[in-house]
Amino acid sequence: MYTQALNTSDGDDRAVEDAARAAEFQARIDQDERIEPNDWMPAAYRKTLTRQISQHAHSEIVGMLPEGNWITRAPSLRRKAALLAKVQDECGHGLYLYAAAETLGTSREELVDAMLAGKAKYSSIFNYPTLTWADIGTIGWLVDGAAIMNQIPLCRCSYGPYARAMIRVCKEESFHQRQGFEIMVTLCRGTAEQKAMAQNALDRWWWPVLMMFGPPDQASQHGDTSTRWKIKRFSNDELRQKFVDATVPQAQFLGLTIPDPGMKQNENGNWEYSPIDWEEFKQVLAGNGPCNRDRLAARRKAHEEGAWVREAAMAYAEKRKSRQLAQAAE
Amino acid sequence: MAAANIVVSETPLVLYALRRGDDALILGHRLSEWCGHAPAMEEDMALANMGLDLLGQARELYAYAAKVEGKDNDEDKFAYLRHVRQYRNLLLVEQPNGDFARTMVRQFFYAAFADLYWRAMMASADPTLAAIAAKSEKESAYHLRHTSEWIVRLGDGTEESHRRAQTAIDDLWAFTGEMFAVDGSERGLIDAGIATDPAVLQPRWLKTVTGVVNEATLSLPTSSWMQQGGRSGRHSEHLGHLLSELQSLQRTFPGATW
Repeated sequence: MYTQALNTSDGDDRAVEDAARAAEFQARIDQDERIEPNDWMPAAYRKTLTRQISQHAHSEIVGMLPEGNWITRAPSLRRKAALLAKVQDECGHGLYLYAAAETLGTSREELVDAMLAGKAKYSSIFNYPTLTWADIGTIGWLVDGAAIMNQIPLCRCSYGPYARAMIRVCKEESFHQRQGFEIMVTLCRGTAEQKAMAQNALDRWWWPVLMMFGPPDQASQHGDTSTRWKIKRFSNDELRQKFVDATVPQAQFLGLTIPDPGMKQNENGNWEYSPIDWEEFKQVLAGNGPCNRDRLAARRKAHEEGAWVREAAMAYAEKRKSRQLAQAAE
Repeated sequence: MAAANIVVSETPLVLYALRRGDDALILGHRLSEWCGHAPAMEEDMALANMGLDLLGQARELYAYAAKVEGKDNDEDKFAYLRHVRQYRNLLLVEQPNGDFARTMVRQFFYAAFADLYWRAMMASADPTLAAIAAKSEKESAYHLRHTSEWIVRLGDGTEESHRRAQTAIDDLWAFTGEMFAVDGSERGLIDAGIATDPAVLQPRWLKTVTGVVNEATLSLPTSSWMQQGGRSGRHSEHLGHLLSELQSLQRTFPGATW
């Protein structure tokens, strides 16, 4: 579903790179050329991208869980089909992104193992629970909305496979976002109970969604290298502001109140929001969000319970291969 | 206002469409339970795909049942506002997912039938059913291919996968006979060329199933006892739980639009 600005680059690795090649590499980036898998690239560039793309892939896969929680309870057959298709899209994004990450030289298995071991991050937004049907609308509207803000610039990322993956992903995300907003419209035009359900979901998701853009620029340590490599084109705060400005009129249209009484529009037309509780963000990143343990446990359970199936498929493929070899030898 | 159960005028054609719609909805729902929890990401995609096909079939069949019935019912009322005794699906499709082998065997038994059934239904004298059949046949052919490949992999994979697949076959076998049963309500439709006679399909179904099961080094039970009751609303204990989940929002917030 989406990546967040957790990603940092490792400046130290660069010291060992061949200076001339590095300069040539940077010149290509400066000319907006795309870097492809077989091109030379600094080790730190490879490492940064592997981490970012795989975190993004993990987020898609873990992100299936909070929404998957409502597939069996979707309130109409149309909603049920749309939600199942949406969560399936996320799985597809995950697969696509793992494939993009593999072009940098690390296998999907290794990447997934790191996630299951709790060593790799995924977007912390998925560590919040989906309590009502309105959460499904809100996730589409806000979480996918924030994801699109983050990902549109990534369509121009310097690394070719990632940029191309993002083009396809963004198309689907924008469809999901509209779907989510449409759920919210329906709820807000519905009964008083439905409207209250929508407001309550917004109240719970608003601040975590703002945190999706990552720490404030002043606290962000590694923005520079990613910017120079044209992996990152806008700062966390810039993207967050863009998102808030786009979202406020949508909330007004819905007749919902953004849970920030101090929010006001400045003379430039931007909506200024109150300070974000970064302590909450740190806690969720540290594993203390409401669902961190549940999410990892669900992924591990699926992985462990599927082990015999994957083994069977491998064993069968081996048997078949040796039978074919034996036949060919006859 | 309580979310009362709807009343359905089960004329033969309404009942016929509802039975097939219920098969598709309940099996699609079961597959959707896997979403996010499958043994591999590729299989998560495939299970969702098959689930979506079945949900689509259910919606078309319900829409047609509503049209033929000509009352105030629609696809969502059929799905969300009938109680367990009003559901008309096969017992096979409501059986819990169990492990991956059980899900695959259940799907395989059904797809091997659906593939033949929808192909035959393309010749239905009822143009709507024939059109639904034309679309469903393509989908069922894929479901059959996909599940056949898994039955062979599981049966001829490891000792564990073989054991699990064999257990699933043994446990689910008694639910296969119901697919071929015909009652009085359907007999007239068969005579009118609207419905196909499923009993005619049984030998070919058995041939397909036997072929795959043999290739998988598995075996079919010799027992011929078959459970029945789904078509007239006598279900296993499992369906009630599935429906309480599926219908929870509609039942909790009666009359709301979603």
